[in-house]
Amino acid sequence: MAGQAETAADGAEKGGLVFHPMDQFIVKPLFGGDTIAWYTLTNVTLWLALAVLAVVALLVLGTSKRAIVPGRSQSIAELAYGFIYKMVEDICGKEGLKYFPYIMTLFMFIVSANFLGLIPTAFTTTSHFAVTVVLALAVFLTVTILGFVKNGTAFLGLFWVSSAPLALRPILAVIELISYFVRPVSHSIRLAGNLMAGHAVIKVFAGFAAVAVISPVSVLAITAMFGLEVLVSFIQAYVFTILTCVYLKDALHPSH
Amino acid sequence: MATDTTAAVGSCVDAGGSAIGMPQLCFEWFPNQIFWLVVTLVVIFLVLSRVALPRIGAILAERQGTITNDIAAAEDLKARAAEAEKAYDKALADARAEAQRIAAETRAEIQAGLDDAIAKADAEIAAKSAESEKAIAEIRAGALESIEAVAKDTTGDIVTALGGKADADAVTAAVDSRMKG
Repeated sequence: MAGQAETAADGAEKGGLVFHPMDQFIVKPLFGGDTIAWYTLTNVTLWLALAVLAVVALLVLGTSKRAIVPGRSQSIAELAYGFIYKMVEDICGKEGLKYFPYIMTLFMFIVSANFLGLIPTAFTTTSHFAVTVVLALAVFLTVTILGFVKNGTAFLGLFWVSSAPLALRPILAVIELISYFVRPVSHSIRLAGNLMAGHAVIKVFAGFAAVAVISPVSVLAITAMFGLEVLVSFIQAYVFTILTCVYLKDALHPSH
Repeated sequence: MATDTTAAVGSCVDAGGSAIGMPQLCFEWFPNQIFWLVVTLVVIFLVLSRVALPRIGAILAERQGTITNDIAAAEDLKARAAEAEKAYDKALADARAEAQRIAAETRAEIQAGLDDAIAKADAEIAAKSAESEKAIAEIRAGALESIEAVAKDTTGDIVTALGGKADADAVTAAVDSRMKG
């Protein structure tokens, strides 16, 4: 934070505009220290912990009254539950409901981390590839292992398009195989990329606000971008979750 | 705080505290992020699967049960209301039939009384008229006799006045023959 102030001062001295749109993504130790080891308490830890608190506040404290006629927070909790439950049921079928808690965990984590990231000066954990790649790889590995455990070698039928002409099938198999392994890449980059881009753009507009003439436009643009980011926060969590459901469906029913 | 920035200087952050390239691609920070992410996910999963999801599921099931019960109760009440309405309609129809029966009975009774009274009155009227006729006949007979006597007397008197000699038997015979004619 002091560093940012310093660079801002530098920029002012130079008399030009200074943009550090990526500084908001820097991982810092919370209590000082030389290195960032795997166990160090960092701003990542802080905002992940806040995400946990948000989830607990909504789904546990919000439903503590167990009211038949729900209050506000209980309504939201029930809405989230019903939303994901129905998504899993619709896409994966009844046998997919066994995995509902895992998918709900993913959705609740991503949606709360995304929305917490919208708080000014917050650290957006889901804008980091380290985070989204772990999520996407967890989904990818789970789904692949599950596919082989549930279906045995019949899971490979996912790559063998039996409805296509025989001559085309090997080519399609190669394409299917590539697209299958690209899944975790697109899955993770989509989420992190969307959030990073939005936050960086807001920061760039904020940089322009230093010029008095442009600042009203800049403030308007930041407001508009913020509105868009609110949408993106939810939509990306939704997209990540629904893709997880689709991948899970492939593992449960590999036939086309 | 100044020590923070100098401390964080590495391959990803420059001396000014700004990011070098994309902080997302700073591999030095990956173990830290991954470790805390895994901790976070495990905590959220445990909270959700142990507490939150069973609770919300129970609330939704309970609500569904309450709604189903309420609908069943409402249907029961509706059936009972329909039954009560039917009973009411039946009572109403019964009462109407009873009223009609009573009215018919009363009408018949009145009619019988009326017929009786009319018959009695007719009989009385007949008796009275018979009596009157008798009296009239008597009076008429009395009157005829009187006329006969008067006629005889008058005839005798007229005969005498005309200088004849009134023969009582001849006068009577003459008057009788005239009266018959």
